Amino acid sequence: MSGTDFSSTAPAIFAPRPGILAGTVDWIIRHPRMFVFLLVLPITLWLGIVYIGALIALLIQSFFSIDEFSGIVVHEFTLKTYGELFRPYNLDIILRTVSMAAAVSVAAAILAFPIAYFAARYAKGKWKALFYIGVMLPLWSSYLVKVYAWKLVLAKEGILNWIFAKLHLTWLLDAVLAIPVIGGNSLSVSYIGTFLVFLYIWLPYMIIPVQASLERVPGSLVEAAADLGATPGQSFRFVLLPLALPGVIAGSIFTFSLTLGDYIVPQIVGNSRLFIGQAVYTQQGTAGNIPLAAAFTVVPIVIMGIYLWGARKMGAFDAL
Amino acid sequence: MLGPSGSGKTTCLRLIAGFEQPTAGHIEIFGERADGVPPYLRNVNTVFQNYALFPHMNVRENVAFSLRVKGMGRAERHRAAEEALELVELAGYGNRRAGELSGGQRQRVALARALVNKPRVVLLDEPLGALDLKLREQMQEELRSLQRSLGLTFVFVTHDQDEALSMADRVAVFADGKIQQIGTSEDIYRRPCSRFVADFVGSSNVIPADLVGAGAAGKWASLRPEDIVLDPAGQEVKVTGRFFHGRVTKLSLDFAGQNLTALVPAHADAPDVGETALIGWDPSRVHIMEEDT
Repeated sequence: MSGTDFSSTAPAIFAPRPGILAGTVDWIIRHPRMFVFLLVLPITLWLGIVYIGALIALLIQSFFSIDEFSGIVVHEFTLKTYGELFRPYNLDIILRTVSMAAAVSVAAAILAFPIAYFAARYAKGKWKALFYIGVMLPLWSSYLVKVYAWKLVLAKEGILNWIFAKLHLTWLLDAVLAIPVIGGNSLSVSYIGTFLVFLYIWLPYMIIPVQASLERVPGSLVEAAADLGATPGQSFRFVLLPLALPGVIAGSIFTFSLTLGDYIVPQIVGNSRLFIGQAVYTQQGTAGNIPLAAAFTVVPIVIMGIYLWGARKMGAFDAL
Repeated sequence: MLGPSGSGKTTCLRLIAGFEQPTAGHIEIFGERADGVPPYLRNVNTVFQNYALFPHMNVRENVAFSLRVKGMGRAERHRAAEEALELVELAGYGNRRAGELSGGQRQRVALARALVNKPRVVLLDEPLGALDLKLREQMQEELRSLQRSLGLTFVFVTHDQDEALSMADRVAVFADGKIQQIGTSEDIYRRPCSRFVADFVGSSNVIPADLVGAGAAGKWASLRPEDIVLDPAGQEVKVTGRFFHGRVTKLSLDFAGQNLTALVPAHADAPDVGETALIGWDPSRVHIMEEDT
């Protein structure tokens, strides 16, 4: 052999690094438990005090009640406030909101799946970048701007009406708006309009988790299904959907809970009937009924808990 | 189908399975046109390189999948799955999850899944690549005897020439997207058609034919390393490398400026690096290849 001489007489162990900081870092690296402890410490403090603490305060509030004559909160344990939730008017609010959240989640999942599948399986390099930008772009602009923009789009004088008129399809739009409950005078004052705007603003929160879960499904599994005689429909039903279900559930947690808690969209686009978020807003604001507002806030938490429990029972997280 | 990575053997397999469509030419499986036919309409099943077992199903459901999508009833398909599992010696493993099995067991499940539907052709894409040597040799023998007893056509992709030679009735050697030679294992080994085949299958010594005294000027000759023997009456060579392998000792030799590799029995007194040695060979073992220099 010729060339550089690689034989060495340097020590096998280097001298410890000088300085207190370097010494501390070296010590922590040698003690993995301490390292993990330091990693989770800040978030634990934050969650424990700011988040869980606030949640408990909220829960406690919901067990108080308001004195109907003086309007003063009575600091005594009672279930009276929860009883109020079951009055027909409040129950309607809850049902209306849950139905809307469910409809938005289902529609978002159906819309998101094809685009997420494209991104996970076929998009490479710059197409993938384009996908991420396309999905994220709407999130970069203000939520309010988007909602007001939609109000203009959906209004009677808006572009959608104009397009339908130009296509001589006004009869179709009128027929849709004539449907009881979800219809109305124009799209911007109907539940259909509220639904469309919710769907638009929450769609990215569905696409990203579905795409992430599809990315984790090896392409060979889909090929194996086809190889074993599964038609595309069967591949989807027996292989792709069960394996992507955790992503769909994750996405629906976003779309469902965000819809449950929102109070701006239904105020700007839709009719005057309240959603849970608006109920909370009025109860804690104008009505000054903090306990009822707190009780209303507990509703989405309970519903999400039931939803996740059901999803788990159905095996949605088995593939995790 | 034997060849180095990137030689097109997996693509060829995927064309037979139907995962890829040919851009030119056509595909026949037992005389029936297959190009343009989707994978689920081909009576061909694949054992994937990474097994591709469905993680959300247990072993029985995995094996019974092809019967389930055909609409076979639960009891009937579970019985068929159990039979297939018996065939690969995994009876009673039906309730396990794929994740609870060892590599060799997953391999067997994948095989049972491909066999349960009684396909015309079974495609195996480097199925033993992830197994350790011992298990690999055992699975080679099992696969071979299973194939014989079932009388099914297996198309087996591998980059391991030992595996190809020992398992196949016919070997196709792939390089650069083309089949270089098709023949029985012995054909391929004894009579390689080109320098590439000679070198890839069995790392033969490829040398100009006149150098080994075989005449046929302008042609290449192949001389197997195990056919070179230490011979006191032979020709003089210089030893440039010596590697002890247990069963044999591999010698690198300099023969008139040509590099030669020889495998001599380990009990033979092999010369050391730098020494000269005398070697010889049986002239009938020298194979002249058709390919021109």
